[in-house]
Amino acid sequence: MAIEARNISKRFGTFVALDDVSVTVKDGSLTALLGPSGSGKSTLLRVIAGLETPDGGRVLIGGQEMTDAPARNRGVGFVFQHYAAFKHMTVHDNVAFGLKVRRRPKAEIEERVSELLKLVRLDGLSGRYPSQLSGGQLQRMALARALAVRPQVLLLDEPFGALDVQVRAELRGWLRRLHDEIHVTTIFVTHDQEEAMEVAEQIVVMNSGRVEQTGSPRELYENPSSEFVMSFIGPVNRIGNAYLRPHDVQIVPEYGGNTTEALVKRVVHLGFEVRVELTLPDGREISAQVTRASAHELELEEGQILTVRLPSARVFEPAPGSDAPVASGA
Amino acid sequence: MSASAPHLQRPAVPLALARSGKETGRRAARARRLGLRSVALGYLAVLLIGPVAMIFYRTFEHGVGAVWTALMAPNAQHAFWLSLEIAAIAVPLNTVFGIGAALLLERGRFRGRAVLGLLIDLPFAISPVVVGLTLVLVYGKTGWLGGWLTENGIQVIFSVPGMVLATAVVSLPFVARETMPVLRELGTDSEQAAATLGAGPWQTFWRVTLPAIRWGVVYGVVLTTARALGEFGAVSIVSGRIEGQTQTLPLYVQDRFENFDSTGAYAAAVVLALLAFTTLVAMNLLTRRARAREAV
Repeated sequence: MAIEARNISKRFGTFVALDDVSVTVKDGSLTALLGPSGSGKSTLLRVIAGLETPDGGRVLIGGQEMTDAPARNRGVGFVFQHYAAFKHMTVHDNVAFGLKVRRRPKAEIEERVSELLKLVRLDGLSGRYPSQLSGGQLQRMALARALAVRPQVLLLDEPFGALDVQVRAELRGWLRRLHDEIHVTTIFVTHDQEEAMEVAEQIVVMNSGRVEQTGSPRELYENPSSEFVMSFIGPVNRIGNAYLRPHDVQIVPEYGGNTTEALVKRVVHLGFEVRVELTLPDGREISAQVTRASAHELELEEGQILTVRLPSARVFEPAPGSDAPVASGA
Repeated sequence: MSASAPHLQRPAVPLALARSGKETGRRAARARRLGLRSVALGYLAVLLIGPVAMIFYRTFEHGVGAVWTALMAPNAQHAFWLSLEIAAIAVPLNTVFGIGAALLLERGRFRGRAVLGLLIDLPFAISPVVVGLTLVLVYGKTGWLGGWLTENGIQVIFSVPGMVLATAVVSLPFVARETMPVLRELGTDSEQAAATLGAGPWQTFWRVTLPAIRWGVVYGVVLTTARALGEFGAVSIVSGRIEGQTQTLPLYVQDRFENFDSTGAYAAAVVLALLAFTTLVAMNLLTRRARAREAV
């Protein structure tokens, strides 16, 4: 089901959480709401789920007016950052909950629960209590619970935020594959740009209660519409008003053309890539990113003086009224 | 309640390390622990264990037969059943009210929330005697509602309804106060999860909220019961202390004591103590069994 949020606004006291936000999500797509904390991304998700009432604007799910519908009638599955497990119920009963409150026949419940536990690979643990599961297992249980009632829409609020890095990476890939399998329209909230780029087809970048830009990961990276998006999605060098990605800084053998000298301050080995921290003749600091092979070839070391070329720096028009931010909750 | 992560178990100390060096430090720590323990136990012994043990001793000093006779006296029997009857009415009332109040105070957003919180604590602060007097002022023959009540043939003061009221007032805060912190710790996530899964408010309460807070409620109920059975001051005033009619077990104990019937007084006192003790132990066993299962 397609999801449409139109002109949503929401305040908490004097804090503007959402300021006239409109977002459209295509049927069957996987969308990320990306932004720093306080940008309004979680609030928007909760407004769509019906867990928060907007001060203004409308929510449509599958073309149906849902603005005033209670959460339980919206057909949404919601996954919380901290799992929101029912601690007094077994894994089986947690997953069965939605079906039980809908008074489905017992046989159907059993069949659906075991089907879902298999899908999230918890089929051996149906008799366990939440306190006996790891964080990753809890979140998979929460996902199974949300999917059990066949929601039209799946909403995940920082679903991997409480997990450690390795489990995170694993669940990310797994969520992607799961989505390819069941095609339920999915929105997830994250503050991790890498996570958004890796999992989502469409990213909505939010900042201070507004949408900064919407697009595919590639569009956002290659054509950021504002300095906020550019600096939020990937590392960036700022040279005056111009912005430049570290991997666009070229280390060249010869002086001439659009080049300048630079002093190597630090060489950081990050695995396949090597980050070179440089100081320009005017004292400004930038960083360049090169592959391990070319770092080796250039025999980079600290204190060395190099020639660099700074091509295609991007300059952004100052946004109207950008020097007087409306709400800086971040 | 216990939300401690199951993974945070005490790391095993390598034996070699435990045995080597640090012996003196460990000894000092042990001495400190022992010292603390004896102070705590000593305090309890002087205040609680000694007096209670004394009462048991004095009660059975002249054998079980005398105690049995004292307990079988009609007035003793009446007082016993009356105390149970009052508790059986006041405790459920306060349980329902307490849970409702806790939900309102923790989940509700309305004006006057702070005032409601204060009001609920008031019975803790006011002397029970004052509670009794206020009830007489309102429901007594010359009281506020007294005229209307008399006209309709309802007697509150000097009868069971008044005693139930007095008991309910003095034991009012326990369930709410024990439930509130548990509700706060539970948070709203699981209730919201239930809502997105299709549960209505009523289903959410019965299937998610209540089971999650039940140990807080149970503890509140136990405290309420103990207080209801033991209440003296407020009940003493509203009951009129009519032997065999409005005399509860604590009132009976005092009556026997004042009439130099020490066997009768001690026997009834022991029954009261045993009632309280049984409630506490029963709760402890129940809680431990269920917790062992859930919060490993």
